[in-house]
Amino acid sequence: MYAQSIKSTGKSVQSLEEMSPEDRAFQERINRGEKIEPKDYMPEGYRKNLVRQIGQHAHSEIVGQLPEGNWITRAPTLERKANLLAKVQDEAGHGLYLYCAAETLGISRDEMFEMLHNGQMKYSSIFNYPTLTWADMGAVGWLVDGAAIMNQVPLQGTSYGPYARSMVRICKEESFHQRQGFHIMIAMAKNGTTDQHRMAQDALNRFWYPSLMMFGPSDKDSVHSAQSMAWKIKMNSNDELRQKFVDETVPQAEYLGLNIPDEHLKWNEETQHYDFSQPDWNEFNDVLAGNGPCNTERLTARQKAWNDGAWVREAMMAHANKKAAKKKATTQVAAG
Amino acid sequence: MTTTKEWPLWEVFIRGQHGMSHRHVGSLHAPDAERAIKNARDVYTRRNEGTSIWVVEAAAISASSPSDKGPLYEPASDKVYRHPTFYDLPDEAGNM
Amino acid sequence: MTAGNPHLFEFLLRQGDNALVLGHRTSEWCGTAPALEEDIALANTALDLIGQTQLWLAYAADVEGAGRSNDDLAFLRDVYDFRNVLMLEVPNEDFGRTMARQFFFDAFQVPWLSALQNSSEQRVSDIAHKSLKEAQYHLERSAETVIALGDGTELSNQLMQTAVNYLWPYTGELFGEDDTDVAMHSQGIAPLPASMRKAWNDTVFSTLNEACLTAPDDPFAHTGGRNGVRHTEHLGHMLAVMQTLQRSYPGATW
Repeated sequence: MYAQSIKSTGKSVQSLEEMSPEDRAFQERINRGEKIEPKDYMPEGYRKNLVRQIGQHAHSEIVGQLPEGNWITRAPTLERKANLLAKVQDEAGHGLYLYCAAETLGISRDEMFEMLHNGQMKYSSIFNYPTLTWADMGAVGWLVDGAAIMNQVPLQGTSYGPYARSMVRICKEESFHQRQGFHIMIAMAKNGTTDQHRMAQDALNRFWYPSLMMFGPSDKDSVHSAQSMAWKIKMNSNDELRQKFVDETVPQAEYLGLNIPDEHLKWNEETQHYDFSQPDWNEFNDVLAGNGPCNTERLTARQKAWNDGAWVREAMMAHANKKAAKKKATTQVAAG
Repeated sequence: MTTTKEWPLWEVFIRGQHGMSHRHVGSLHAPDAERAIKNARDVYTRRNEGTSIWVVEAAAISASSPSDKGPLYEPASDKVYRHPTFYDLPDEAGNM
Repeated sequence: MTAGNPHLFEFLLRQGDNALVLGHRTSEWCGTAPALEEDIALANTALDLIGQTQLWLAYAADVEGAGRSNDDLAFLRDVYDFRNVLMLEVPNEDFGRTMARQFFFDAFQVPWLSALQNSSEQRVSDIAHKSLKEAQYHLERSAETVIALGDGTELSNQLMQTAVNYLWPYTGELFGEDDTDVAMHSQGIAPLPASMRKAWNDTVFSTLNEACLTAPDDPFAHTGGRNGVRHTEHLGHMLAVMQTLQRSYPGATW
């Protein structure tokens, strides 16, 4: 999900026998369920993939602040305003934890920001969709956070210690997010006026397929996915998680009295799962290529925030250095 | 620091109200220790009162090498993290 | 001293609207602050202020006794019914002005809320007691930031001085005095705002000094916010955004 655009290396997964002794010992540790820690040996491919995956995950959190941040100033009640602000603040926190986890792999946060800003690193496709009505705050919480949770809960068991630990913290904080969104949907779709119900349906119509895209394209035959799963930095297949998401979401939509915008959606007695239509993968590729509805806005907003903040970051560092120098001088005088 | 401008990384330790020892809760960036403590309060306690916060610059932590690793593995380094900002470079060296 | 005390209602609106307007302005930063740590800290400040708004305006609504809620007061009053000081409604502009404004306000709020703890009205005292802890932390953080940015670099010093110069004429309104202030004072509900002047000056001048910044000499003070007589043009735009849903869909529950 947060590795939506990590390209396959094309190499198939090596068997234990084919591996170098270091790599083999490393893989065996993972197979035993041990955590890999920053100072431990790790194959370069593992490190690189993790940097990209955790980096994309972190970027997704902070770019993800923007579509919801779009409604903080327009929240309809004081309580909704506080709830939404607290939620978007959590996303900043999650980005912060994840950047720190990635930093243990030898890349700095500012370097990752730079790579986000110049397009070298990506973020989840979902945040390139606009939030047009207040119902979108409901839909984002319900669907987008719902999809994210599907992915994040198993990642608590990922093989890389710092990543796993940040996921534990994130999952603990995330629990209220989906509820917050669903609560908005209940108020609008179930208990609301005709206008509100219409807004809720419209939000579901617009966010349904982009939410399904969050899990990434089918990875049945993906070499990359197989390697990531062997390394336990990916815990489930994209299709498996997508199915789970659909199965859990359909009854929730029914409860809300909303229609999932898929005429082929139906319960399959045989598989005990819902059959559903695939999203438009051409659209997905367009979004990843930079042509989503809000790619330019999101990236520009991030770049602007970063550039506008440069003088502040520099000044605070300069002040800290001056203070430290003064302290040192005082100590030396005292000692001498 | 690769560039002189990046705020250093700090490790944050918090002692909750149960009389337990300080526990490592995560990291953050800050220009100095004073600000790191305030940031820790905002990020990691959401202002919970009655908690004691320690911060230490990540670069100042010494760590043991992984215990069960023979000579097969990387030579021991006393840094916790292979963090690029642990290496002070002169400005003239440029961005790397 | 509940219904039928229009001065108390007015007083409570002033407290609530200050928190509401500054909380709203601060929330505008979410997602775009200079660093993640600052983003999170600003959100905490905004959350504190929104929480304080809920308490003050709920109390105001009770005193008014007209069946309005705190949300009604926040989202269904127009510009001329708002009672916040002008300083809090002007745009954020940049991080420097945002933090300088926060500092000027915090430097007032800390002694103010501290004094309100002794209010003859229990509910005023309770809200002040809860809010004071938050304000003290805000002041620590905003003062430290003003010092760091004032002292930091040539550019940051210049930007902070610009912010201070811009905000200065708005600070005087914090110490305004009218019938409501006199009534609150005589009822033992609140001290006169002017009595905060010394504490404010002490905090502000020592901090600006440490920050290598100077306070303008001009004692001129803009007024018109806390009595609602003449707000800035900015408030209307802020309310147009903030109140859009409540205004567009009357009677809907969210």
